[in-house]
Amino acid sequence: MIALKGITKRFGEHTVLDGIDLSLERGEIIVVIGPSGTGKSTLLRCVNFLERPDAGQLTVGDLSVDAARATSDDILGLRRRTAFVFQNYALFAHKTALENIAERMIVVEGLSKAEAHARAREILERIGLADKADAYPAALSGGQQQRIGIGRAMAAKAEVILFDEPTSALDPEWVEEVLALMKQLAAEQQTMIVVTHEMQFAREVADQVVFMDGGRIVEQAPPSELFTHPRDERTRSFLRKVLAGNAPSDA
Amino acid sequence: MQALNLDYMVGLVPVLLGYLPLTLGMAAAGMVCALMLSCLLAVVRVSRLPVLDQAAQLFISFFRGTPLLVQLFLFYYGLPQFLSFLVSINGVTATIMGLTLHFSAYMAESIRAAITGIDRSQTEAAQSIGMTNAQTMRRIILPQATRVATPTLMNYFIDMIKSTSLAFTLGVTELMGATQKEAASSFLYFEAFLVVAVIYWIIVEALSWCQKRLEKRLNRAYQR
Repeated sequence: MIALKGITKRFGEHTVLDGIDLSLERGEIIVVIGPSGTGKSTLLRCVNFLERPDAGQLTVGDLSVDAARATSDDILGLRRRTAFVFQNYALFAHKTALENIAERMIVVEGLSKAEAHARAREILERIGLADKADAYPAALSGGQQQRIGIGRAMAAKAEVILFDEPTSALDPEWVEEVLALMKQLAAEQQTMIVVTHEMQFAREVADQVVFMDGGRIVEQAPPSELFTHPRDERTRSFLRKVLAGNAPSDA
Repeated sequence: MQALNLDYMVGLVPVLLGYLPLTLGMAAAGMVCALMLSCLLAVVRVSRLPVLDQAAQLFISFFRGTPLLVQLFLFYYGLPQFLSFLVSINGVTATIMGLTLHFSAYMAESIRAAITGIDRSQTEAAQSIGMTNAQTMRRIILPQATRVATPTLMNYFIDMIKSTSLAFTLGVTELMGATQKEAASSFLYFEAFLVVAVIYWIIVEALSWCQKRLEKRLNRAYQR
């Protein structure tokens, strides 16, 4: 189970997150949408302390952490129970696809290199990139890099995978293969929180859609409800804008 | 004008080459020690560890700010005056010490720049999979920084090989010291120093060739 309570984050005078509450059960998928600069990415980054929240309570699996008093052990604990997929992939540039996936198993789980590589190969099979095992990130397309990024997150067998706009840095031609992989994970009951602008994905895959604006959760509902009967005016206006923009292809 | 005494020059080559192991040995020892010390200094500076950071800055400032020759004289002739255990220090040890301290100051700054130049996302990715700071530094940042810093560090190594010739001023008979002695007994100064210049030149060229191969290897991961 994942639970966030009262997560607050300020950058100087500016309050980016203003007391966020969110919880999800094992296997649940939450998609977070909203205008740029409303703290969606910051929220994800607070869950594993890439940004340190100023206040709030974080629970991931059996670990509960008071953000204001988090020790370095707490932070490591949160990071080892979560996995993160970055907008810009952030693959280790000096490591092959296989090594990128195996790295956590070697360093954090203490597996032998042989064992870790064997398991990483299984993951490469699952993400359909077995033939790229020995390729370095620079030689891979954006779509392939992001699939390796997701493979690296899968290797963590984490309580939850956090996706930070996983397709927004991609050329349009690579978006589909990444979304397809995420749908595959969803079908396998992987718990995930996804920040994205892909409304069609949210509709198809999310159990709950969260609309954020101004550092707060404005509205949260299953996609069937949120997309057809948004309650708040801000949600309506946001959906009008994004759905009008890509209605023909996205419908 | 007198013609070059070619026979003398050819005969001098094997004599001087006998001193090559000492010259290269001092440079190799100095480089290994300087690499370790400069990595330590760079990590201290990047992590901004209180007190240690200021100490590292002072160290770097002094050893970059004073000539190597002055430093060598200070260690070899100066310090034993106060530190009695240094009285027995020999010229070779003093040279290695001097090269280490002097070059580690320069190298620390190159390594620090290489570390800070690594994209922040690499650190975040390492943190996100639950690596500790030390693991992140050792497995992700330093290997990538090595590639960035290698060309500069190789330049310092080349400079260090040539700087071993200063050991001659501490009475060490290495390549340069030996040449000086040979020249003084034959009075063929031009020939002797020309031979030794060419020997240094060839060593450095050989090293440049190795550098190219090394860089190619390190860049393997970055080929499209």
